[in-house]
Amino acid sequence: MSMIQVNNLKKSFGDLEVIKDMSTAVEPSEVVCVIGPSGSGKSTFLRCLNRLEEISGGHVYIDGVDITDPKNNINQIRQNVGMVFQHFNLFPHMTVLDNLTLAPVKTGKLKPEAAEKKALVLLDKVGLAAKAKAYPGELSGGQKQRVAIARALAMDPKVMLFDEPTSALDPEVVGDVLGVMKDLAKEGMTMIVVTHEMGFAAEVADRVLFIDGGYIVEENVPKELFGNPQHERTKAFLSKVL
Amino acid sequence: METIIESLPMLWEGLKMTLYIFAVAIVLGFLIGLVMALLRLSPLKILNWIAKIFVDAIRGTPFIVQLFFIYFGLNSFSWVSLDKEWAGIVTVAINAGAYFAEIIRAGIQSIDKGQTEAARSLGLTQSQNMRHIVLPQAFRRMLPTITNQAIISLKDTSLLSIIGVADLTQRGRVIVSATFEPFTIYLALGVMYFVIIYLLSLLSGYLERRFVLR
Ligand SMILES: Nc1ncnc2c1ncn2[C@@H]1O[C@H](COP(=O)(O)OP(=O)(O)O)[C@@H](O)[C@H]1O
Ligand SMILES: [Mg+2]
Repeated sequence: MSMIQVNNLKKSFGDLEVIKDMSTAVEPSEVVCVIGPSGSGKSTFLRCLNRLEEISGGHVYIDGVDITDPKNNINQIRQNVGMVFQHFNLFPHMTVLDNLTLAPVKTGKLKPEAAEKKALVLLDKVGLAAKAKAYPGELSGGQKQRVAIARALAMDPKVMLFDEPTSALDPEVVGDVLGVMKDLAKEGMTMIVVTHEMGFAAEVADRVLFIDGGYIVEENVPKELFGNPQHERTKAFLSKVL
Repeated sequence: METIIESLPMLWEGLKMTLYIFAVAIVLGFLIGLVMALLRLSPLKILNWIAKIFVDAIRGTPFIVQLFFIYFGLNSFSWVSLDKEWAGIVTVAINAGAYFAEIIRAGIQSIDKGQTEAARSLGLTQSQNMRHIVLPQAFRRMLPTITNQAIISLKDTSLLSIIGVADLTQRGRVIVSATFEPFTIYLALGVMYFVIIYLLSLLSGYLERRFVLR
């Protein structure tokens, strides 16, 4: 069974049809990168996968569970779907450690001591064990994003969604964040990554989706999609960004 | 000077009444404000309406009229019996509540949507998000405006002397009518109010520094 199954997804904001019809599936441990022009609906697509946006039509299944079915508890489903945002969205009034332990404790997933232990392991993993007691405002952008990744991992998600995780970062720290993501991919995390980092997509992705005009125009292994794009729109886009 | 020293015990009683009414009313007012702010932001239209009508009605009418309405108006029903103090507390609480509602609503709305999105994406419920993420940040941001309203409400309590609540102002009036020394007594009252308000703003400043957003 696919980890993520998207069937005929549609999403409109009022009259604006952002996603017209998208279907795809992501297998366990697969890393999928999503590319496309600005405003093409990459973020919207990602946000439909954990229902941060209400879906206008179609179905999304996470590990076999239909996330649009009102019978299924969306909060429960979201615990399995980690999300990392372009602007980090760390909780500024809490220490780094509390950022990581809040959700596991409040959702009843872990006892406070266990959550703290896990948080310290995760911070160590992203190279920020020394920052446990710091506040987000005291961190650099690259550090913030690594904390945000650790925060999402603290819930032991089955899937991680990344929305342009390095777009707001200074170029010299982009590598640190991509490094953490590469490690995660190697460990077998199922990931969907919206990115402008074509190098990362080429190196890490199992598959790349090119989105434009409300559709998945083309999807393929990175070598093929970058080296031998089939559609005019893909070619035009790639010629601008490569 | 002698007059002031002689009247100190009475002024002290008045001060205690003023502080008591203020403390109870401000806590109630804050709760009213919080509930109204959440109703105002709820997705249910009918709840928005209730909160909006409440806030507009209070903000659009004078405090004295509200006080008379509650003390004389409501008390004219046989099934209502509010003593002076409680009529005063309720009026100050409701009045402050309407202003707090707007302050809290604006405070909640000023918090970046990304905070809620991050909280919800982690599987927190909307009420957990409110309690742990949005409200704590909003309150820090609102502290100066909340203090400002608290100071206004404290000053409003002096109007309760009109219905005979034995607060600081009322005690002052009684002393003046007995001693015929309005200048000294009202000056002393002014100083006492000023000191309380000054202490309130010190407290607020302390809280702001203590909970500074990092
Ligand atoms: N909440 C919203 N309300 C209205 N329009 C929106 C909203 N979110 C996104 N859009 C619109 O949807 C389109 C796709 O946006 P987005 O998914 O952010 O694109 P991308 O991430 O590819 O740059 C844009 O035209 C954007 O203006
Ligand atoms: Mg985007």
